[in-house]
Amino acid sequence: MNCKSIVKEISNYLEEALDPSLKTSIEKHLENCEDCRVVVDTTRQTIQIFCNSEPAPLPEDTRVRLRDALFKHLNKLRTGPRV
Amino acid sequence: MSASKLNPLQPRTPLPSQVVKDDEGALVAAAKAGDINAFETLVGRYERKIFRLAQNITQNKEDAEDVMQEAFLKSYQHLGEFQGNSRFYTWLVRIAVNQALMKLRKRRPNQVSLDEEVDTGEDTMPREVEDWGPSPEERYKQAELGGILSSTIAELEPPFRIVFQLRDIEELSTEETAEALGLSVPAVKSRLLRARLKLRQKLNRYFRQGENS
Repeated sequence: MNCKSIVKEISNYLEEALDPSLKTSIEKHLENCEDCRVVVDTTRQTIQIFCNSEPAPLPEDTRVRLRDALFKHLNKLRTGPRV
Repeated sequence: MSASKLNPLQPRTPLPSQVVKDDEGALVAAAKAGDINAFETLVGRYERKIFRLAQNITQNKEDAEDVMQEAFLKSYQHLGEFQGNSRFYTWLVRIAVNQALMKLRKRRPNQVSLDEEVDTGEDTMPREVEDWGPSPEERYKQAELGGILSSTIAELEPPFRIVFQLRDIEELSTEETAEALGLSVPAVKSRLLRARLKLRQKLNRYFRQGENS
């Protein structure tokens, strides 16, 4: 197992979607390769940071326009003739 | 090798998962029965996420607003067709993605083709290998970190950005992402790998050890 193969398998490794023998080979390589350990760890952090990130509050004008548009249509649907 | 503070071999914390609100099913059922207040609660719960999704895909605030409005409206109109086989949110995301892709294609017809072959083999090998040091969440205020993340993801080309958005931010499965985008599972996997590595590389400039915030 070389560094290039590790990079190709990073996603599968982080998602725990590898068969046990491949996982063992990767972990053996990681024990001895600090660069790959850093790449695996910072890739994991990348996913976690995005996944954990909270969306910013809606700008107030955007929020008002959403409510206006949505509920104008919803009321029309509710009160309009059924098709 | 001496013990490093980086230890990917430790049992890892599962990648974070969004908390599914227990009452989502009840709200959807009430909205299906015509309860507009229940639907309004769902809108309030997901509007920020849907707006971020739309903004990340279209990279345009006006388009993102339209996409969000259209997605919520369509979801209400088609609520009767929602079978409950997936989360309501996943279904809503798929509607929003369709709307966003239509906008994107209309705006940039020659630039956005999600199903064309993309080269996922080039430049995937990490060039900069540096430990990140303290947790970025501890080093940056939430709004500042949010700004870093949105400007970083904006630098990715659409085929990579959209796959990453669905898979790692909205937490759709690989199969759901493939279906939503009309891609094969291997295509999603290869784009996702490249997106993750490119984002790691781009975030390196903010988070590497010794870098002042």
